[in-house]
Formats: sequence, C-alpha cells, structure tokens
Amino acid sequence: MELLTFGDTGWGDELFYATLMTIAVAITAMLIGFFFALIFTPLKLSKNKFLNLVANTYTTIIRGVPELLVIYLFFFGGSAAVMFVASIFGYGEYIEINAFITGAFSIGIISGAYSTEVFRGAIQSIDKGQFEAANVLGLGKFGKFFKVILPQTLRLALPNLSNVWQITLKDTSLISVTGLVEIMRQSYVAAGSTRDPLFFYSFAAVLYLLLTFLSMKLINRLEAKYSRGY
Amino acid sequence: MINSFPKLLNAAAITLKLLSVSLIIGLFIGLLFAILRLNKNIFINKFAYGYSYLFRGTPLLVQIFIIYFGLGQIEYLRTTFLWTILKEPYWCAIIAFALNTGAYTSEILRSAFQTIKPGIIEAGKSLGISSKIIFYKIQIPIAIRQSLPAYGNEIILMMKGTSLASTVTLMDLTGVAKYIISTTFRPVEVFIVAGGIYLFMTFIIHNIIKFLEKKYSFNS
Repeated sequence: MELLTFGDTGWGDELFYATLMTIAVAITAMLIGFFFALIFTPLKLSKNKFLNLVANTYTTIIRGVPELLVIYLFFFGGSAAVMFVASIFGYGEYIEINAFITGAFSIGIISGAYSTEVFRGAIQSIDKGQFEAANVLGLGKFGKFFKVILPQTLRLALPNLSNVWQITLKDTSLISVTGLVEIMRQSYVAAGSTRDPLFFYSFAAVLYLLLTFLSMKLINRLEAKYSRGY
Repeated sequence: MINSFPKLLNAAAITLKLLSVSLIIGLFIGLLFAILRLNKNIFINKFAYGYSYLFRGTPLLVQIFIIYFGLGQIEYLRTTFLWTILKEPYWCAIIAFALNTGAYTSEILRSAFQTIKPGIIEAGKSLGISSKIIFYKIQIPIAIRQSLPAYGNEIILMMKGTSLASTVTLMDLTGVAKYIISTTFRPVEVFIVAGGIYLFMTFIIHNIIKFLEKKYSFNS
C-alpha cells in the first residue's frame, strides 16, 4: 500500500494524474470520433454511390485493421504529414506533434468508424412517418434534423454509443506505446522502477474497471433521461 | 518495399497461428463459462459473471502485461511446471487472448442459450429424450447457429487483438510492420501493405462465417 502514497515516495499522485490523462484522451477521442461520424454518416446514407464508397472504405479499413497499426501510422507518419502540409505554406522547420494529439487523433479516427455505424443504424431505424410528419409541419431542413430526427437518434443510439465509449476507453491503453503518460504508461514506469509489475498492472486493471463501471452508471442515467415517455 | 512483403507474409502466418490457437482454447472456456452462467447456484453464477466482467472491463494490454510481466514475480510459480509455459511470451500471449476471447464468447453463447424457445426443449422432453442428450444434441447446435454472426465479429476483433502480441516481443504482423517502419521511416507504405493483409484476412473470415450461417440456417 505504501507504493500508492502521494508525494515523492509513492506512486499515488502519478497514477492519479495518469488516470485523469486517460479520461482526457478518451473524451477527446470520442469527440473527434463524433466529428468524423458527423461527416461520414450522411455519406453512408447518401444516394450517391461514390460518397457511399468513400464512407464504406473508411469504416471497413478501420474495423479490419488493428488499432495498434493505426496508432503506429500516425505516430511515425503524423509529423511527416504535418511538415509536408506546412512546407506547402512555406514553413520548413521540423515540427513535432505532441503525443496527446497523435493519440487522441488516432483513437478518435477508430472510434469515429464505430460511431458512424451506430448513427447510421439509429437514423435508419427511425420511422419514416417522422420524416414525413416533419415535412408536413413545414419544418425546414435544420428544424427537421435538430428538433425531430436528432433527439430520436440519440435515444436509439445511446446503448450502442455506450459500447463505443467502452471500446474507446480501453483503446486508450494502446497509446502508451507512443510514450504518453496515461494509466498504462505510468504503470509501466512504476513497475520498472519498483520491480513490482504484478501489483502495478493489477492496480491499472482496477483503475480501468473503475472507469468502465462509473461510466456505465453515468450512461444508464443518460439513457433513462432520453427514454422518458417510452 | 517489395522485399519487405515476404517478411510481412511470414509474420501474418504467426498472427493466424496466434489467432487460431487462442480461438480454440477460448471457445472451450467460453462454452464452460456460458454453462456456469446458466447454473442456478448463485455462487457459480456470480463467479462466471465476475470472470466475464473482469476480462471485458479491462484492456487486453493490461491482461497480457499482468500475465507476462506480473506472474513471473510470484516465486512459487517459478518452481512449478507452469513456469516452462509462463516464461514464453508466445504462451503468455495465447493465455491472455484465450481468456479474453473466452469472456466475450461466454456472453455470446449465454445469450444464445437464453433465446432458445422453451418449446423446443419441452418437445425433446415429451419425446422422452434425456436432458443430457437434449443439451448436447438440441441446445448446443441451436445456440451455435444463433451465435454465429456475433461470434464472427468476435473472431475479427480477436484478430485485431493479436496485434498486441508485438508488445511482448513477439514478431507478429504488427510487430514486423512496426520494425520495418522504424528502420525505413516509410509508415504509409508499410501501413498499406500490412493493413491490406489484415483486411484480406478479415475478408476471408467474414466469408467463412457467412458460408457457415447459410449452411446452418434453419430454412435450408
């Protein structure tokens, strides 16, 4: 237990900050994922064959290729890509992207592919009459989407989005390979310097269990809120 | 780039080996725990639930690290025959993968068992078939058919999961890809080739499952 004290002698404060980092990366990745879903869900539902192909390529690649490989692509290729774009604008210096951005972005792209599928499924399962009713009421395109379709989509998508959140949360452990100090990386460092890997990795497992458990509780509340009237 | 392709193909063979061995062990674990979950004894039931909760609630990376780095720390284990297995990263990875996929498989099979209509079991009983044979000849085949689509997803998730073997020094497809990237600094090309191999394997698995679903569908 003294291994977990706060301050210079124990690893308590380090692991606490590492847990906050895990939460921060997971939330950022989830939001980046929503952003991707916002772009690709309409493409998936579009009647245009080419746009369909673009969206399907994205989700197929992400769901068929290991997360670790995607992370390596951005870890090793990210700064080269940014430097290439910067060189077009006449900036030739070396740019290093920080590990948080690389990590959140690569996990975000992965989580976005899953979110896209979830939103597509939710929108498709909304009754056609709802679209028609909104049209009859004379709602504009935005009113229709934000007042009628989106609230119902959220209710239908929430159970599956909670799965996406769990996957995203667990995927953040893979960012430790890039050196970002989240739970896994901090446990690795602590295990190395105390020679007590069993304790620290088990403690990491407990932290992840705690995070998944607490987020489940929170999501259940949200689900109850959005299911009012059903 | 062309000369690294055979290396990646060789590594893909290791990925497939890791995948198939852990899937076979995981299927047995999954079936065992699915049966335990359906047991009426509350302790057995809770034990099986705890197992699946633990392995589904934590990242696979933590599980591999506990088994590979953590278990070696227990002095007692080093004196038993188990140590010959646990000192090999290959077997540590397989144990972690099998326990992980076992937890997900147990959930898939449990829900499949629960969706079997009671009428089917009652029909078996009224024909005078013993409950043991009902279980093996009626419930298990129906449950397997029911769980095929979900299990297909699990196989693909597990295939992606085997990439974590590279974190415990195994040179699987991802391990070799990372090695080539870090020596040649050609992340995009290597990603396309290695990712292409993974996608090809996903495609094959997807079609095998589709074929099995058709073969065992109730209508045919």
